[in-house]
Amino acid sequence: MANGADVSEFDLECSNLTKRFGGFTAVNNISFNIPNGSFFSILGPSGCGKTTLLRMLAGFLEPDEGDIRIKNRSMLGVPPNKRPVNMVFQHLALFPMMTVAENIAYGLKRQGVPKAEIAVKVQSALDRINLPDAGPKRVDQLSGGQKQRIAIARCLVLDPDVLLLDEPLGALDLKLREHMKVELKQLQSQFGTTFVYITHDQSEALVMSDQVAVMNNGVFEQVGDPQDLYYNPKTAFVAGFVGDTNRWKGVVKATSGSEVQVATDDGLTLTATGIGQGCKTGDAVDIFVRPESVALSRSADALSGMENRLAGQVKNVLFNGANSRILVQDPTNGGEIMVTLPQTGEFNDLRAGQDLHLGWKLSQAKCFAQEAGKASGAEVA
Amino acid sequence: MLKQKLKMVTGLLVGASVLGLSGAANAETLRLLTWGGYAPENVIELFQKETGIEVEVTKSNNEDMISKLRATGGSGFDLAQPSQDRIAGAQFEHEIYKPIDLSKINADLFIASMMDGTKKNTTVDGKVYGVPHIWGTSGLIVNRKEAGSIADYTDLCSEAVAGKVSYRLKRPTLIGFAFSMGMDPFAAYDDTAKYSEIMGKVEEKLIDCKSNVKSYWSGGDALMNLIRSGEVTAAMAWDTGGWKLNQENADVTFVAPKSGALGWIDTFALPAKTKNEEAAYKWINFVMQPKIAAMITASAGNFTASKGADEFAEPALKKQFQDSFPPEAIDNIKWYPPVPAGLEDIEGKVLDRVKAAQSN
Amino acid sequence: MKLGNSSKLGLLLLMAPLLIWLFALILLPHVDMFFLSIREKVAPRVYQTSMANYMEFFNEPLYWNTFARTAVMSILTTAITLLIAFPISYYIAKMLKGRMKAFLFVLCLLPFWVSELVRTFGWMILLRETGIVSSTLQWMGVVDGPIEFLYTDATILVGLVYSSMLFMVVPLVSTLESLDDSYIEAGYDLGGNGFTVLREVVIPHAMPGIVSGCIVVFMLSLGNYLTPVLLGGKDSLWFTEQIYAQFITRFNWEQGAAFGFLLLILSSLIVWAGLKLSRQTLSETMG
Ligand SMILES: Nc1ncnc2c1ncn2[C@@H]1O[C@H](COP(=O)(O)OP(=O)(O)OP(=O)(O)O)[C@@H](O)[C@H]1O
Ligand SMILES: [Mg+2]
Repeated sequence: MANGADVSEFDLECSNLTKRFGGFTAVNNISFNIPNGSFFSILGPSGCGKTTLLRMLAGFLEPDEGDIRIKNRSMLGVPPNKRPVNMVFQHLALFPMMTVAENIAYGLKRQGVPKAEIAVKVQSALDRINLPDAGPKRVDQLSGGQKQRIAIARCLVLDPDVLLLDEPLGALDLKLREHMKVELKQLQSQFGTTFVYITHDQSEALVMSDQVAVMNNGVFEQVGDPQDLYYNPKTAFVAGFVGDTNRWKGVVKATSGSEVQVATDDGLTLTATGIGQGCKTGDAVDIFVRPESVALSRSADALSGMENRLAGQVKNVLFNGANSRILVQDPTNGGEIMVTLPQTGEFNDLRAGQDLHLGWKLSQAKCFAQEAGKASGAEVA
Repeated sequence: MLKQKLKMVTGLLVGASVLGLSGAANAETLRLLTWGGYAPENVIELFQKETGIEVEVTKSNNEDMISKLRATGGSGFDLAQPSQDRIAGAQFEHEIYKPIDLSKINADLFIASMMDGTKKNTTVDGKVYGVPHIWGTSGLIVNRKEAGSIADYTDLCSEAVAGKVSYRLKRPTLIGFAFSMGMDPFAAYDDTAKYSEIMGKVEEKLIDCKSNVKSYWSGGDALMNLIRSGEVTAAMAWDTGGWKLNQENADVTFVAPKSGALGWIDTFALPAKTKNEEAAYKWINFVMQPKIAAMITASAGNFTASKGADEFAEPALKKQFQDSFPPEAIDNIKWYPPVPAGLEDIEGKVLDRVKAAQSN
Repeated sequence: MKLGNSSKLGLLLLMAPLLIWLFALILLPHVDMFFLSIREKVAPRVYQTSMANYMEFFNEPLYWNTFARTAVMSILTTAITLLIAFPISYYIAKMLKGRMKAFLFVLCLLPFWVSELVRTFGWMILLRETGIVSSTLQWMGVVDGPIEFLYTDATILVGLVYSSMLFMVVPLVSTLESLDDSYIEAGYDLGGNGFTVLREVVIPHAMPGIVSGCIVVFMLSLGNYLTPVLLGGKDSLWFTEQIYAQFITRFNWEQGAAFGFLLLILSSLIVWAGLKLSRQTLSETMG
């Protein structure tokens, strides 16, 4: 992309990366570029090949095909200790037999930085992560969050071009994870380093990232900014994986332009916007509708403007303050629909058993060809 | 290290007491502490047929016998077979034996001169502690083709056999070298100062000689293998070993050294706490019968003190004996007098220092 | 209070077999051995209490030298064993998986399926002048005449290292296995090369295994009897040989007991010094 230019606008460029283990393709022909100083997440379910991809970037695995370029320099054949990338490991891998300061100094020593300078750099790194007194402590005297920050500082003192993070929050409890999300993002913008962040938790990816790649079965399903992924998923997998959603399976009955008529497996007829090539008459499709795009009403008339309308009975109210939802059951076929409770006050007295009308616009219902066909893609090799 | 040593000692103790217990439980066993070949299977079988007594054999050597009996205060065995010269001193220091009731021994079965000599040598405080069983000599085993020049102990230090010599680091070596260096250690047995002086000279000689030595042998089998393979061509050893090898390789034989072969007599002695004295006497009188004695000679390779057993001995063995011992050599045999208590300490130091010296 | 007492009693009862065992098999013989060692034989059957047996060790350079030599050889054995066992252990623990791993481990164990005596004789058959190595070399025309490989210090070392290997490999493998791969990878990732990762990450982590392996190998070599005596021949000069000789061939139990105690004390001192030098503590190693 940055042909001929010495200075690339991308810190990391990968082209056609492939890694196979025996007959199994863990990473399948992936290409992507990460702009300088951005926070790039790779989001995908367990076993989809995230770690494999990251380990190729770090140099612990050689790709079978494709090229990795960092700052426009190919990394093929460059050993991990010679690459301008550093990695924060899933379990941090802070050296237990060294103090915190020694941990941070480890990489600087390897670079042959003079002793006095190391001390200064280590202290300033500790200051920047708000642990100015942690230097002489042993690693096992730190809390989970502190360890996390030390692990990142240990890499960032080396001023890498790219920092790789493999689910670094995985080991933390929920509360701390929420807190660290914010902090990580801050650290990243503070240091201005490019982060490649792996996670299977979509909320981590959405909150922190400038760009998110959704990975499945060894391929990137979609790369985009968080809003884009959330509102304009390009595949059924992305629609289902990013954010919560209602899903129906069905068969296309008729199409007109991008509008598709679908008979669902549980007997409804829904109208949706077809996305991609897979929504022709007779195709097996999935329809996705986000809980917050469903409108509620106590009378059928109020929803007359909506292309899709349903009547149902409140089965459950899942109260969670601003994030409250209700589960509505369709009495005719027993199907359930999740709906976000509007915070207008109108439905505050809603109780299980009450009747309700639901409706959503054609544009809020997205129709994708069913995933099954796609899933086999990774197994070729 | 210490543990090993402890293990050894406790092992001895436990082993001996277990043996003791089993002996008590079954009175009709004879626990024999003896040398290899002295109680062959066929003799044991005959003995059991005749008396109903089972024989348990523990193979040993002089030092080991004393150690074992010392460790248990003389229990664990019913009959032991130390050399006659090693009884008086050990008895005096450790009181591990019990006097022999000569009336229970059939003196007619023994060669009288040998019986008298042994009785004299094993008498402590007027009591007799040993009667003779098997006798033999130690001298040189020589491969005549490769080391024909070796005629005396000191010849083992000659250039001709450099690196192809083996002897034991034990007292017979010290004695043999002393004789061969023209001294008489036996005459100095009662003069500690003189004996120390003799040993000092022997020590020097042996240290000098160390570079000639392939290895100090400790087990008969190991020595036989060294000679068989040709790695050793001249060694100081027992006569029987030489004769055995002679049957395999006519070049190798036992040679009585010029300064005299060293004559030893292995005896019967009763451990102080024997549990089955009767069986011990029965065994002694049984194995001294000429025919049985000849069977033992066949197995051990040495002649016994049994009167008339010669008649039954194998002619081949007799022939070998006569070859190795022309009449003047027999006269020249130096019989070990009893070792006075304390001499072994002097010898021990000498042996330690020889062992520790660096051969160059 | 009552509960406290009864639970204490229960504990005592639980510990009883162990305590009795310790007392009867370790303490008692040692006490006995100690009294033996401070008994000086002044004449046949006459003894007096003195430290003469201990002084003998220091006054007679031969004993002292023998001990020093034994200690130096054992330290050498330990060092060589460590140098050989470390890469092997690393390979077993970190590079191999599944069946291969078990196979190599068993390979290290193999020598211990035969007794030490048989093992040592195996070496003698291989190395003696008319042995397999010598004949093979002659057959290949590498050498003209037979060579004696036995009865040298190098042979003793070979034998000792061979029989010590397992005792080094086992603790090393188990500590190295407990080293998560990510530490090694982090070591590289942060710019370390093979050597620095080994020095900064792998060895510090394996230190308890190294120390306990070294202690075991050192003590076993120091206390070994058969291997040095059989392979070393006339110049073996091993301290346990001295102890054995004092007990068995010299009937000098007093001296033997004193040597035994000296061996215990001096070897403990050496181990202590080793721990100090490597800045390790025993509790860390065992913990
Ligand atoms: N060394 C290997 N040999 C064989 N298969 C492997 C190897 N490493 C990974 N795999 C396989 O490759 C696939 C991807 O593994 P990877 O570790 O990259 O998943 P991941 O996305 O990081 O999952 P998780 O979120 O659980 O960490 C998995 O099916 C895994 O079994
Ligand atoms: Mg992973």
